[in-house]
Amino acid sequence: MRRITIWLLSTVAALVLLFSYKTSTMGAGGESSAVASGTDRAGSSWSGTDGGTGSGPSTGGDSSTGGTGSTGSTGSGGDGTATGSVAQTRWGPVQVRITVSGGKITDVAVLQVPDGNHRDQEINDYAVPILRQEALAAQSARIDTVSGATVTSDGYRESLQSAIDAAHLG
Amino acid sequence: MSGTVTEPDRRAWVAQVMGLPVSVHLRGPEVRTDAVAERVARVFAELREVDATFSTYRPDSVLSRLGGAVPDPTTADPLVREVVERCEEARVRTGGWFDARRLPLPGGGTGFDPSGLVKGWAVERAARRLVLPGHDLCLNAGGDVLLRTAPGRPAWRVGIEDPDRPERLLDVVARAHGAVATSGTARRGAHITDPRAGRPARAVRSVTVVGPELLWADVYATAAVARGADALDWLATLDGYAALLVDAAGGVRATPNWPGSRPATQTRAA
Repeated sequence: MRRITIWLLSTVAALVLLFSYKTSTMGAGGESSAVASGTDRAGSSWSGTDGGTGSGPSTGGDSSTGGTGSTGSTGSGGDGTATGSVAQTRWGPVQVRITVSGGKITDVAVLQVPDGNHRDQEINDYAVPILRQEALAAQSARIDTVSGATVTSDGYRESLQSAIDAAHLG
Repeated sequence: MSGTVTEPDRRAWVAQVMGLPVSVHLRGPEVRTDAVAERVARVFAELREVDATFSTYRPDSVLSRLGGAVPDPTTADPLVREVVERCEEARVRTGGWFDARRLPLPGGGTGFDPSGLVKGWAVERAARRLVLPGHDLCLNAGGDVLLRTAPGRPAWRVGIEDPDRPERLLDVVARAHGAVATSGTARRGAHITDPRAGRPARAVRSVTVVGPELLWADVYATAAVARGADALDWLATLDGYAALLVDAAGGVRATPNWPGSRPATQTRAA
């Protein structure tokens, strides 16, 4: 389960990173260690580890229990929450928490956003809904890669494919 | 790692080559070894060499120095000759809808530009370096995907991007071997030329082709976008290949043998 959690966190961290890519270059951001630690997640591994049950689509059921706030922590049976390390985005530090139920992300919550300027609103209004949707969509479909009309480097930085790649780099 | 781990290790490499993000994902026991990393590095190096020869954006490339003329097969480098021959084969196979001979050139004017074929050809060729027993390969070059799976391993799951909402997927196909290629206007605008009208094709938003070879999946997808409204009927005639098409109005249709969850004819309503 821990490996899955690491993967989930690195994916979410990668998604957060996407929003910092728009003006910066690849490799920026303090959470690169989280990305680099992502190991394997072949599609079927969701059901192959301890307690993970579902390999079908996420039902969206929420069981936000067992969170302790440290990286990689989960409850038993594939349920629980895990908190990512602080990611440096274009707006400032962002920290996210994912809720896992039956081996699936069922929610993405933002614990820390930059304050003191209007950017926190921008993240909450714009970036968070997108990263939540991408995280949920990617793993409910359990995809390994994305086929799309020729991706440019700019488009890549914001793409689902870059999040998938980032989760497996290193 | 604990003893309960049964899935093979997976590792990704990403490089910017040919103006595209190219990612290599390998699954298998040796993905952390230097030998495998070295093979991947050679794949990227080979793609860079191909780009240096064929890019019409590099003024010093073999193709650019020809200024749009078709290379002379009797004197050309063997690789250049092979590409010229493949382009001619593509023109014949697509009924003229893929035609590298009269395309708009980056420097102005029209002439021979094999770029629409070179990517798939080069990736397929370079991927031969990654035939590793017991390992699975998923190589994605700017949205065109080449797949290979060792016996007994699960197929790769390939999401098909919605051209109107790139963060969403139109469908997912599970493939153990072969290619998934998508061409369209979503990312770069109308850049595929209708060879008969001599202007950008706009009737089709995106075409995804699934089949055994990346070169041909890519060529067929590009030809289908150029072809426009009746492309799906033509795609359905291609032996061994299946396709999903999104038209300019957002309608999504698939050939009868499409392996994803989309039925053969469906309008995107949801």
